[in-house]
Amino acid sequence: MSADDLNAETPAEPIDRPTMEVDIACAGFGPAMGGFLTTLTREWSEHPEDPAFESKVAPGMPLQVLCYERADDLAAGVSGVVTRAQGIRASFPDLNPAEIPMAVEVKQERVLYLLDPIGASQRSLTLRAADAALRTAGPLLGLRDHAFELPWTPAFLHKHGGLVMSIGQFNQWVGSQVLATGLVQIWPGTPVSAPIFSETSSKHDPAEEAVLGLRLADQGVDRSGAPADGFMAGMDVLAQLTVVGDGPVGAVGQALDARLGLPPGHARREWALGMKMVIELPEDTTLEPGTVWHTFGYPEPEIFGFLYVHPDRLVSVGIFVPSWMGDPSRTAYRYLQHYIQHPALWRHLKDGTLRSWGAKSLEESGKHGEPFLAGDGFARIGEGSGSTNMLTGSGVDEAWTTGTQLAEAVVELLRAGKPFDRKNLAATYEARRRASWVERGALEAQNARNGFHGGPRGSNIVKGMIGMALAGLTGGRLSLGAHIPPAHKQIHLESSRLKIKNGTVLALADGRPLHDALLTACGWPEIPFDGRLLVSHQDALLMGGKVQAMPGFADHVVFRDIQLCIACTEKTCVAMCSGQALTQGADGMPAFEREKCIHCGACLWNCAVSPDGEHSNIEFNAGAGGLHSAEN
Amino acid sequence: MANVVHILVCAGIVPDPLQTLEPITGPNGPGLKNEMVLPAVLDPWAASALYEAASLAAKNPGSKVWLVSLGPKAKLQQVMMTVAQKVGFELVPIDGPIGGFPDAHSTAAALADAINAIPGLDKAKLLLFGGWESATRGAGVTLQLTGELLGITDQFQGVDQIDLRDDGSYEVLERVEGGKHQVSVCAGTPAVLGWATGNLAEPRNNPQVGMANMRTIMPALQKAKPATLAANGLRYVSVALPKQQRTTRVVKDLTPDQIAAELVEWIGAE
Repeated sequence: MSADDLNAETPAEPIDRPTMEVDIACAGFGPAMGGFLTTLTREWSEHPEDPAFESKVAPGMPLQVLCYERADDLAAGVSGVVTRAQGIRASFPDLNPAEIPMAVEVKQERVLYLLDPIGASQRSLTLRAADAALRTAGPLLGLRDHAFELPWTPAFLHKHGGLVMSIGQFNQWVGSQVLATGLVQIWPGTPVSAPIFSETSSKHDPAEEAVLGLRLADQGVDRSGAPADGFMAGMDVLAQLTVVGDGPVGAVGQALDARLGLPPGHARREWALGMKMVIELPEDTTLEPGTVWHTFGYPEPEIFGFLYVHPDRLVSVGIFVPSWMGDPSRTAYRYLQHYIQHPALWRHLKDGTLRSWGAKSLEESGKHGEPFLAGDGFARIGEGSGSTNMLTGSGVDEAWTTGTQLAEAVVELLRAGKPFDRKNLAATYEARRRASWVERGALEAQNARNGFHGGPRGSNIVKGMIGMALAGLTGGRLSLGAHIPPAHKQIHLESSRLKIKNGTVLALADGRPLHDALLTACGWPEIPFDGRLLVSHQDALLMGGKVQAMPGFADHVVFRDIQLCIACTEKTCVAMCSGQALTQGADGMPAFEREKCIHCGACLWNCAVSPDGEHSNIEFNAGAGGLHSAEN
Repeated sequence: MANVVHILVCAGIVPDPLQTLEPITGPNGPGLKNEMVLPAVLDPWAASALYEAASLAAKNPGSKVWLVSLGPKAKLQQVMMTVAQKVGFELVPIDGPIGGFPDAHSTAAALADAINAIPGLDKAKLLLFGGWESATRGAGVTLQLTGELLGITDQFQGVDQIDLRDDGSYEVLERVEGGKHQVSVCAGTPAVLGWATGNLAEPRNNPQVGMANMRTIMPALQKAKPATLAANGLRYVSVALPKQQRTTRVVKDLTPDQIAAELVEWIGAE
C-alpha cells in the first residue's frame, strides 16, 4: 500500500458539497494556533484601517479568518505543562499568571530517581545492581521514600522562571481574548477531515503541491462514513492560506505527510503517550504551588514521570510511555495508578481526590520528524510541524512561537500584497523559524534521544540518559548514533508473548480490560480502589475525562487490513488505548467504540504490524467528541 | 396556510455540567470558582426550546427566531460559537453577570426591556419560549415573570409540543402528573411556553448556519448593552451543589430481572 493509497478518498458517488471562500482557514486550536491568532489579531487591532487586512475573497469586508477545532470546547485541552514560557512571555510581556487559572511561576524543581518499592518493574540486571547499591548507600545519599534526588540538575532541563499551567485553561484564556477582538471566528466541535489539494497538483513532487483549503468532516453518516439519516456533507472551505495546527495525529497534517512525504531523511518514528491526572491535594498538603518534579525509574525504567503543583491545592501528575519501550504489553492507565502510589508521591497524594484525567500522544521525533513547513497555500505550525524540543522536554512554548512566526510572516505578505505561495512563505515564515531559538533548540536536540534505541530492554535507559546528557551538555555537538526503526518495529514481538497470552486469558476470564489484566499477569499488585483517587479506568473516563461524543460521525479509528489485525497476537493497540475504546473482539479483531475515544492517537503508533513497512495498520481520522475536562 | 410567528427564546448560559463545580462566596454573593473560565453551554432546557423554535419557524415561513441571553459578553460570544452552528436565529445579548444567582425579578425586567426594544417585533405574534426549568441556579420563575412584564397571560409550563393551526389558534401539550400530557387549545398568540425537553434531537453543527448567524451575532455582541441587576434584598443563606452519588461495583452475570430488582430497590431507598 502506498502513501497515496493511505490518503485516498474513494466515495461511492460524488458528493455535492457546500463550499465557502475565506482568506485564511485554520485547522486545530492549540497553543500554536493561539500564538498565530493572538499575533495576527493584535497587529490587525492596532491597524484596523490598514488595507492589508481587507478580504480578498469578499472585497470591502475585513479579512475572513476561520479556525475549526475538533474538540467540543476550546478548553478541552489534554495537558498540564511546565514551560519556560519564553515565547509566551514575548507575546504577553506583562503576563500575570494569576489571570490564568491553574497557572503559577515555577518556584522549585527536583529530579528524582524512583526505585521500585514492590519489585514488579522489569529492570535489567545492571539496573538492579545499581538499585541495590543505592539502597545500601541510601542513608548517606539521602534516599527517602524509595527515591533518590539528583544533587544536580543539568541546565537544559531547568524551567526556572517558567510557568506551570493547564493547557485547557490556557487555551480558554487565549481563545477568549482572540474572540473578543471580533476579528476571527473559532468554531469548536467541528473536525476537519482533510486538506483540499489542487487538481493540478503532482502527487509526487512536493514543490508542485497546492492546498486550496479544508474539508470539514461529514455528519449524519454511519460508522463507515456512508451517508445515513440526516446526512450533511462536510463543507469545503476554500482559502488563500490554510494554516495547519492540528497536532501530531491531526487528520490534515497526516494527509499532507501522506501526500507530500517528508523531507529527505526525515521520519516520524518516535512517540510517547502522556497520561495524567489532576488531583486535588488534601488541605494539609505541604506541596507549594510552582513545585516541579521530574522522575524516572518507576513504574518501569523507560517511563518518565512528572508532578506539577498548581495553585489552589491542585497538582498534575503523569507519566510518559515511549514507543521505545519495546514491551508489547505496555499500557498507561494502570501504570499511572502504580506511579502515583510510589511512596515519594503517595505521601502527598494519598488523601487527594481525582479532578481530571486525560492523555495525548506526543510526537517525539523533533527535528527528525519535521515535515515540509510550507507550500503553495499552506503552512504548518506547532507540534505537528516537528517543533517539540525532545532534549528539554518542551513543546508548548515552541509551538506557540511557531504560530507567532507564521502570523508575522502573514502580516508581512499581506502588506506586501504577495500571495501565500511556497516561495513567499519560505522567505518569511520558514526564514523566521530557522533564525529563531526554536530552530537552535531543535538542532541541539535532534539526536539527544538516540541512546534510547537499540540494545536489550533495561540497558537502553542508561544509554539513553547518557546520550541526553551528552547532547545537552555539548549543545548537541556530541550525541550517540542510532538507527531508529519505524514505530511498529520498536515493539519487540518476542519479548512478552507469554505475558500477553496470560493477560488475554485473564482478561477473558474475569471481564477486566486487557491493560489491567496484562499488568496483573506481569506481577503488579491489584489496585486498592478507594472510589476517590484510585478508581477504575471507566470511572476515570467519566469522573475525570468527562468523555462524550456527538452522534452522526464516522468511526475515526479504522483498521486498514483486517486480516493483519486478526493475525496479530500482541494487540498493543488495545493495551495502550487510553479510553478502552479499543477492546478485543471475539474473532480476534479489535473493536472500536467511538464514544469512549479521547483522541489521544496512541493506537496510531501502538500497532505491531504494518501493511507498508512504515505506517501502522491503524488509520486515525478526523472525529468529534473526546475529553470535556477543562482542567487538563 | 402557515402562521407567521415571532419567537423569542430566553436562554441563559451555564457551566458545562460535566465540569467540576465548586461553590464560593465572593464579595458579590455566591458563585462558582473560576466560573468565567469554565466551559459554558446554553442552558440545556432552554436549548430544547431554541431547537423547537427553529423547527416551528421553519414550518411557518415568514416567522423569525430571536435568542435573548443575559451573561458576560465575552462568555456569550464563546457559547455562540457552538450554538450558532445549530439553528438560525438573531441574538439579543444583554451584557450582565454570570451565575444565575441574581434576583429573578431583576433578570426578568432586563429581559423584558431588551425584548421591548427589539425593532420589528410584533408582540401580537409573539411566542415567548424558554426552559420550564433551568440549570442556572435561578429560582425557575424568570420566564413567567418576563411574560407577565410583557403582558402575556397565556402561559404554559413543561411543554413538549405546540401545533399552530391554520386559523391562528394553537394546541399545546403540557406535562402533568402520571406521565400524561394536558392538551390546551388557545385562540392565538401571544403566549409563554416553558419547554420541557420537546421532541427534537440536538441539531448537527452546520458551518453554513454558523456563518449566516455570525453576520448578525457579532455586531449585536459589539453593541450589547450592560445591565445591572438589583439584588432587591435577596440574600443567600447557603449554597451547595447537589450531592453526587456514584457507587461503582463490578458484578457479572446478573440477569435482567436481578438488575431491575436492584434498581427498584435503589429507587425505593431514595
